[in-house]
Amino acid sequence: MDPILLRSRGTPDSQSITTYLVAGGYNGWEKVLRMTPDAVIHEVTLSDLRGRGGAGFPTGKKWSFVPKDHPGPRYLVCNADESEPGTFKDREIIEHDPHLVVEGVAIAAFAIRASVAYIYIRGEFARWARILDKAVAEAKKKGYLGKNIQASGYDLEIVVHRGAGAYICGEETALLESIEGKRGFPRLKPPFPALVGLFGMPTVVNNVETLACLPHIMTRGAGWFASIGRPRNTGPKLFCISGHVKKPGVYELPLGLSFRDLIFDAGGGVRDGHTLKAFFPGGSSAPIMTASQVDVRADFDACAEAGTMLGSGGVIVLDDSVDMVEAATNIAHFYAHESCGQCTPCREGADWCVDILERILDGHGRADDPELLQRICTYASNGMTICPLGDAFALPISSMVKKFPDDFQRRIATATPRPQKKKPVLPWAGHLPGFGR
Amino acid sequence: MTTRANQVELAVASGEVSFDAKLEKKVGETIKRYPTARAALLPVLWMCQERYGWISHPVMAAVAQRLGESPAYVEGVVTFYTMFRTRPPARFVLQVCRTLSCAVCGGKELMAHLKERLGIDFGEQTADGMFELQAVECLGACGSAPVVQINDDYYEHQSPEQIDAVLENLRGKD
Repeated sequence: MDPILLRSRGTPDSQSITTYLVAGGYNGWEKVLRMTPDAVIHEVTLSDLRGRGGAGFPTGKKWSFVPKDHPGPRYLVCNADESEPGTFKDREIIEHDPHLVVEGVAIAAFAIRASVAYIYIRGEFARWARILDKAVAEAKKKGYLGKNIQASGYDLEIVVHRGAGAYICGEETALLESIEGKRGFPRLKPPFPALVGLFGMPTVVNNVETLACLPHIMTRGAGWFASIGRPRNTGPKLFCISGHVKKPGVYELPLGLSFRDLIFDAGGGVRDGHTLKAFFPGGSSAPIMTASQVDVRADFDACAEAGTMLGSGGVIVLDDSVDMVEAATNIAHFYAHESCGQCTPCREGADWCVDILERILDGHGRADDPELLQRICTYASNGMTICPLGDAFALPISSMVKKFPDDFQRRIATATPRPQKKKPVLPWAGHLPGFGR
Repeated sequence: MTTRANQVELAVASGEVSFDAKLEKKVGETIKRYPTARAALLPVLWMCQERYGWISHPVMAAVAQRLGESPAYVEGVVTFYTMFRTRPPARFVLQVCRTLSCAVCGGKELMAHLKERLGIDFGEQTADGMFELQAVECLGACGSAPVVQINDDYYEHQSPEQIDAVLENLRGKD
């Protein structure tokens, strides 16, 4: 497959609007400006494009939830808060093709009749925020943004808004709170953002990669897009392959290949002298898969059937050198640190998991610890919390305990009781002296 | 290091804390970009951190006053986000990724190496105020693990030897 979303990777000066225009850039946007918003929604619905941020929700359908008769403003928000462990694709698009993102934002904003769009980018991506700022300024100067664009009567401003270090702000309602100048606390749903979103107005939040597909759909047509991949799992997808592979990186492939293709063909296989032990199919929030599941198709529906999820397409490969107790502790630590703290099952549950996993690691595990971990995971997921962060730590940890019982049992079998010592359970314990051993 | 001086500069004088003309102009422009003044909070805090190096209580008070919020509200937001610094940082802050892909690809060894090399633990600064070590969660560059962010810049695929060279280079810049 010829690269679509990553076609500019390797092109010199690919960030400038001149290069982008030479490659046919903003043709889709010019076409959209002569269409009706409903026609744009119809075309995207026909393409079967599904959200690339993790949930895989059909994009055209999401847009159609925005009320057409709403009198006030409405907003389009681009989610560039890429923070899911194992995911590094949006940064790649912004780095090589920032105008593709800007054009995608413009098309989506037009479809829902928004005249202001925000690009929310994670705080650590300071350099990439500057790249987007420059792209927006260039597009405005060339008349692709601003007032009465190309004499169409349509106005659009794009504001790049930088986060400040909080994984939870990738959750769409926490992201909206963050733009509003608040702590990133997810909101209780319903109402969904399509009805009550940013500043209380109808809002659509789309991922960078989803938006980057739009200029291509508008120029080449929904039929072309739907011809890539498999039914209901259409189009190109960026897969981020990291961990123990020979060639880690971002690969653009059609949906529907197997994980074997991703790990062994694209990623070059695991390191010499090692064998595949497990992999996360879509970021660390997805239930882990064992080496025997490597022939599962990497698309939304096949992953769901296999009891996991494609998520963001972040494939983390672990070879036989990895101890699952250590890996689970690392993952649990991440979520314990990133829990916003609103809901008790997530705030306390993630910390408890860290405590229990660390005690197993330290050689003081107890016989019923695996069961205890499972119980915490059960009560932190399945709708027990406002947002899915509870599920995000519960699913991987629960699956690691279930699928790799030997790693846990080996340590527990030789464990000794821990000398009783009170230990602080604080979400910010990572900053305390002594951390990092 | 100008940061401590600036805190004093802000807090003293007439006892009134306010922004200088240049910062005030930028703040004013930013507020205009959003429907509410509160929405300008994160961008304004970023400007303050760039200008003063960190966000002290007098700075929080000044931001609160300018945006019509209480100082407690501003402090609540500042402390929610990990990137806002509430104490003077070292000249170079090394944020080392500790999450899974980095950890299994040499990140653990890199963390141990940096501790030994700089003679400090995570969360600490070197005595000369040059370097500070922080262990952070996923930086979103897992394909080029292990990753260290130094101030605004990403340093990817870092072996102990490479990071030593980077540190030497930075030391020379001061």
